[in-house]
Amino acid sequence: MNGLREQRGAAIELSRVSKAYGSFKALDDISLQIQPGEFMTLLGPSGSGKTTTLNVVAGFTEVSSGTLQIGGSNVVGVPAHKRNIGVVFQHYALFPHMTVGRNVAYPLRLRGVGKAELETRVRRALDMVKMADFAYRYPSELSGGQQQRVALARSIVFDPPLLLMDEPLGALDKKLREWLQLEIKRIHRELGTTFVYVTHDQEEALVLSDRIAVFNRGRIEQIGTGHDLYDAPETLFVGRFIGDSTVLRGAARSDGSSTALDVAGETVTVPRRHRDTDRPVMLLRPEKLVMRKPGVDRSDNENRLSGTVSEAIYLGSGSKYEVLLRDGSTGIVRSSLTDQSFAIGDAVELCFRGADAKLLADDSTADTTLT
Amino acid sequence: MSAGAARAEEDTGSASRRSLRPLALALPALVLLVAVIGIPLATIVLRSFNDPEWGFQNYVWFFGTPVNLVVLQRTFTMAAWVTVVCVICAYPYAYAMSVAGPKIRLLLTLCVLIPFWVSGVVRTLAWMILLQDSGIINMVLRAGGFEGIRLIRTQTGVIIGMAQILLPFMILPLYSVMKGIDLRLVQAARSLGAAPPRAFFSVYLPLSLPGVYAGAIIVFILALGFYITPALLGGPRSTMLSTLVQNQVLSLLQWGRGGAMGVVLLVATFLLLALAGPLMRQRYKLAAR
Amino acid sequence: MAMHPFTRVLLGLSCLLVAVWLIAPTLVVVPMSFNQNKSLAFPPQGFSWQWYSNFTTNPEWSTSFLNSLKVATIVAILATVLGTLAAFGLDRMRARTAGLLRMLLLTPMVVPGVVLAIGIYAVYLDAQLVGTMTGFVLAHTILALPFVLIAVQASLEVFDKRLETAAASLGAGRLATFRTVTLPLIAPGILSGLLFAFVTSFDEIIVSLFITSPYLKTLPVQIFTSITRDADPTVAAVGTILLCVTTILIGGGLLLLGRERRSGV
Repeated sequence: MNGLREQRGAAIELSRVSKAYGSFKALDDISLQIQPGEFMTLLGPSGSGKTTTLNVVAGFTEVSSGTLQIGGSNVVGVPAHKRNIGVVFQHYALFPHMTVGRNVAYPLRLRGVGKAELETRVRRALDMVKMADFAYRYPSELSGGQQQRVALARSIVFDPPLLLMDEPLGALDKKLREWLQLEIKRIHRELGTTFVYVTHDQEEALVLSDRIAVFNRGRIEQIGTGHDLYDAPETLFVGRFIGDSTVLRGAARSDGSSTALDVAGETVTVPRRHRDTDRPVMLLRPEKLVMRKPGVDRSDNENRLSGTVSEAIYLGSGSKYEVLLRDGSTGIVRSSLTDQSFAIGDAVELCFRGADAKLLADDSTADTTLT
Repeated sequence: MSAGAARAEEDTGSASRRSLRPLALALPALVLLVAVIGIPLATIVLRSFNDPEWGFQNYVWFFGTPVNLVVLQRTFTMAAWVTVVCVICAYPYAYAMSVAGPKIRLLLTLCVLIPFWVSGVVRTLAWMILLQDSGIINMVLRAGGFEGIRLIRTQTGVIIGMAQILLPFMILPLYSVMKGIDLRLVQAARSLGAAPPRAFFSVYLPLSLPGVYAGAIIVFILALGFYITPALLGGPRSTMLSTLVQNQVLSLLQWGRGGAMGVVLLVATFLLLALAGPLMRQRYKLAAR
Repeated sequence: MAMHPFTRVLLGLSCLLVAVWLIAPTLVVVPMSFNQNKSLAFPPQGFSWQWYSNFTTNPEWSTSFLNSLKVATIVAILATVLGTLAAFGLDRMRARTAGLLRMLLLTPMVVPGVVLAIGIYAVYLDAQLVGTMTGFVLAHTILALPFVLIAVQASLEVFDKRLETAAASLGAGRLATFRTVTLPLIAPGILSGLLFAFVTSFDEIIVSLFITSPYLKTLPVQIFTSITRDADPTVAAVGTILLCVTTILIGGGLLLLGRERRSGV
């Protein structure tokens, strides 16, 4: 399987790529390496540069500076139609004047593929997306999900070593999206092609990707597996963008072995493992927090913060609580069904072990870009 | 009768009254249409068969007189030329209108709308001044050392004038179709391996064809029935059917013969419309919506 | 995607040529209107305002101009009322009936002008409507009606009928709903229909040529007879005036429309 992947997928290397529109920097010194056959997701809020990066790779946008290699050769200046890359668009981009079959055959016709081979390859591609029965329909007769599957078939039928997808599921409803995510994963596995997938949906990124590159303001904040990003975010932006989190701010004091943060009169301490930063903030994942009634089960190595339950959301498998802390910020806690349940207005304490908290450099853009 | 049945009857009564109301709204327009279009056209058809006496004599005369056939053929040929000139000029122009920024688009729109609204007689007058033997075009030619050419009272002159006057009728429908074409489809074609010319011919052109058909059929039909411009710019060698009709009725008082010619023109027009209807309706729903 | 520079230049150039071809020829009437000699030969000689003063003082010209204004105003109102009513009627009918009636009401646009003109002339001769105001108004109204119908139908098509239901649910009666919701929203369509109707009547020439009489002429008829009878530069003066008025009206309208749309977003 690995050997096959190496053959069919292309490696991509963006090195110090920038793209400026006047004084606006859409891409600011981006470097990114994608392995052959890898499923790489470019994740970020809108305007963060992820789609620009995709357009640069596809050849729709020329870079201002930097180099771009696909499959080992430099492609800067090579026009889009000579790059041999499959692209799936959010808006499907099926040709309305051609049937499904003709749409899928289009790239093969351009490449001068003979009639017999063309037919088998079109059928195979449509089979792969389970749309073989629709070959003679027009795009306007299909639902959004069906259209997107046809678009997918059209972009893989010519066996490109690289497939780019620009929020392909953005226009579809949640159920369909989840099902198509699994389909895309399956197709990636079967083809062994390199996939580059753009989305602003972090859950989708976690479901699909081998690795994720998190974009913010034209830069890459962090590249890593979903696990890396969730458990070891390198920036506050990444921590906030991936998954739920509680962020604590306050005056910091460090000694040899630990850092203490004064959060509205309550002190929390964590062991010093991270690099020193001027203004550290503390980031906690919901499952690392335990919520209790005030004054019970005291133990010394625990940090605690007091607050009031401001929102209780029943999720089926458990509950999610929002807790208003003393400094006015919101803590997010997840509890399983077996845990004690709380009501809005209850006074509570949030407890956590210092080792479970992450100290990160404060970044005012992390909050503003999320809203 | 029970109360329920009575109410049911009342309901159906008001329902049928409601379905009549839309017709009542359209009725004044329809009455005027019958009075000012229907009856006159019926009169012409009738006269072509009964003036001066019942029979096909007027049609026999029309199709039996070589001059008439020459003019009929010339009318179609000139209309076709005008249409071709309009398509060629309008296509890049409408395309530019559909992709330009708001300022340029405003300017381009203005250039189409102003002549569209300026009276046809005035524009024909302008062409008379330009095309005359001592007109600007010949002045430029002579200044450049060429020999002057005769434009006024020639077919070329009439075609130039007609095409200019009819061009907005080609540009506007074409623009309205092109405006709706998703340019991202062209980008998709590029990503699938189509070089720019190929992407244009296999994707953009087919999607714009309904606009070309619509504009071409309007221009062709209007050109067939053109009267003022050929009458003022043309000479005996560029007479079109409309002028013959006018001549028969006003000068010769041959209502039957003029009527027969009119009916031929009318039938040709409606035949063209019927044939072109399906082509024009072929607008593709955009896949994304 | 960026256009190839060569394609871009080529496109710009051809656009410029077409734009010049559309606008420039008509402009030739401007210098001709200041001609000192009574001639339409190019180039004009000297400079004088005499043809403009001839337009205002010569009763042939001023009366025909006033006639055209009168006819066009009545036609604009009549065609707008009839066309708007018909558009509403068609909007509420079954699609097939509406389609058929719409096609019928649009026929005046495609019937060759001369054929229609001799037909109307024949009927008017019998009905003694030749050379009458009523005759002009009736003929021009039916020619202008399609433009009103198209304009109003287009705005009805984008009009969201659920707004009427919403207004009704808020307590507005049928008339109040029409006056406060429907009418304001489709007003642009009605207004552009009105304008189209006015211009159609003001410019109409073919039918007018047949149903005119020495006692009742419209401006286009007067221009046409003047062109065919003698080389009177007054036509150039009239053309110049019409050109200026049109340009100001359309330019202003487009600018206004553009600004409204921008502020609306």
